[in-house]
Amino acid sequence: MKGKAALKKGLTREVVEEISRKKEEPSWMLKLRLKALRVFQELPMPRFGPDLSEVDLDEVAYYARTVEPVSSWDELPEEIRKTFDALGLPEAEKEALAGLGAQVDSEMVYRSILEEVRAQGVIFLPMEEAVKSHGDLVKEYFMRAIPPEDNKFAALHGAVWSGGTFVWVPEGVEVKIPLQGYFRMQALGVGQFEHTLIIAEPGSSVHYIEGCSAPRYAKAALHSGMVEVFAKENAHVRFTTIQNWSRNVYNLNNKRALAYAGAKVDWVSGSLGSKVTMLYPTTVLLGPGAKTENLGFTFARDGQHLDVGARALHLAPNTSSRLVSRSVVQGDAKATFRGKVYVAKEARGAKGHVECSTLLLSPEAKTETIPTLDAENDEVELAHEATVGRISQEHLFYLMSRGLSEAEAMSLIVNGFVSPIIREIPLEYALELKRLLEMSFEEAQG
Amino acid sequence: MEEGKVHALMGPNGSGKSTLAFAVAGHPAYRIERGKILLSGVDITRLPPNERAKKGLFLAFQYPPEVEGVRLREFMRIACDGQGTGFCEFKDAYPQAAKRLAMEELADRELNVGFSGGEKKRSELLQAYILHPKVALLDEPDSGVDVDAVKLIADVIRELAKNGTAVLIITHYPRILEHVPPTRVFVLENGRISQVGGPELAQAIEARGFRAVRR
Repeated sequence: MKGKAALKKGLTREVVEEISRKKEEPSWMLKLRLKALRVFQELPMPRFGPDLSEVDLDEVAYYARTVEPVSSWDELPEEIRKTFDALGLPEAEKEALAGLGAQVDSEMVYRSILEEVRAQGVIFLPMEEAVKSHGDLVKEYFMRAIPPEDNKFAALHGAVWSGGTFVWVPEGVEVKIPLQGYFRMQALGVGQFEHTLIIAEPGSSVHYIEGCSAPRYAKAALHSGMVEVFAKENAHVRFTTIQNWSRNVYNLNNKRALAYAGAKVDWVSGSLGSKVTMLYPTTVLLGPGAKTENLGFTFARDGQHLDVGARALHLAPNTSSRLVSRSVVQGDAKATFRGKVYVAKEARGAKGHVECSTLLLSPEAKTETIPTLDAENDEVELAHEATVGRISQEHLFYLMSRGLSEAEAMSLIVNGFVSPIIREIPLEYALELKRLLEMSFEEAQG
Repeated sequence: MEEGKVHALMGPNGSGKSTLAFAVAGHPAYRIERGKILLSGVDITRLPPNERAKKGLFLAFQYPPEVEGVRLREFMRIACDGQGTGFCEFKDAYPQAAKRLAMEELADRELNVGFSGGEKKRSELLQAYILHPKVALLDEPDSGVDVDAVKLIADVIRELAKNGTAVLIITHYPRILEHVPPTRVFVLENGRISQVGGPELAQAIEARGFRAVRR
């Protein structure tokens, strides 16, 4: 952290202006950043959830300006290097994940994907580039699903955002390949405040995949990204995230989708990494008949507190939501699930289903489930199920009696437990996840 | 027990048959205070259950547990991996075994989840068939099985023995033994072997009950 003292501490107007100037942004974006900064300074820290007292917001200025890559393998935690090797990642990908600042030519690797989707009229660009080249379009949506006033970290994000992706899908266009590759590596080198904005015009469909199951090393201890999704009439958007930040990171994200009439929005989230996570992907069901599915799995290990959840706000008639979570808690970790379904007065015929199961792997593991079902009319169907359990000795013995080691048996049981969510994840990610689970049990067995 | 032969362990309900099977297989709820378990002359008394299995011991459970999300085929693939069975070998062995046990459609079902009583028993035998153990303890292999399936199960048990496995059928009811005549019969009462005999002992028990054959 050499040279840190030379930088002015605290997040000031000057810092925000400097970020905007460096990115050569139009004035509307600078205005938005400065407004967000004011809101950030006024808002209190979240009043619920994990302990954030260690988050030093004065450091933000430093991270926002320069996220320095690590300069050598030796700086990486041993555990991360071991995992990379076990997953058998190619050298270039390892370096990118490690933030080694390797020049990965992702344009080359993913050119064919880019050409194919661009030929359909899809705009698929790094966020900064979109702000410049498609300013009017971006301006109409940027931070309209989650305004800075929403919460302190949304405001912080608005002031210092950097990196991320812009996706616009024209009316009626079906994007067949999941959009991921192009930025899977490229985005990794970019800051901790990336902004992803997806606009699916009426009748279109797109699947976006963010992150990866291999651990990502971040020097900076705070990550606060934002995802905004606009699914217009009858559009279908699926957003898959696998989060595996290194275990020094406070991962405080904002994700929200607006679903217009007949639209469908699916969130699939895997939370493995970070020290502390706060993540509650939200769908606002704005138009009649809009639907959402929110599937999450959480794997919390020693020292982690993963506070995740899902929210569905039914604002129109005949909307439906299904929130499903599977959590696995190991060591002294804690997993919290907040499932919230709100049904407004005018949302007659709404259906909501919240289901949350937790598997505790150790006596010290902690879990908490906080469901909120809130309906302002009576013509609704809401259901909630929650279970907490431990691995059964009988199951373990049964699997071991066929020659599986205890670690293999546990990882098979845990994989089985999370399988309703994992099978929604693209195969290559699912396989990596499986391997990660196995490794973590092998380590636990020594 | 002898390799390639079928043996029977009989005894009234509560005599300790399943307890013995669990203890031999290494169930963590049982502690062996005295005595040794020898498998091909090797002492396995202190080994964890998976090591016993790798040395060739197999237990078909009376009540196999339902393990959600774990698929039968995947489970068997991992078990075969552990035995050092090659992938290609497994690829052939699985469908063969599934066909033999008439349960091809259960491969991608979750392990024992929603299986009928008979399906559970066939699934246990399918596992034995694939893993090819030296010693197979079959705890009540025909309970809850309909008449037609008993014949299939009996055929497969005979085949296991023919292929060299030492089989022990554990049962309180001799029906299955009519289809698979054992070469030796052990009677367990109150945790002790009270009698040892040939196939005629099973017949006597069937005809007159445990009490009457007691010496």
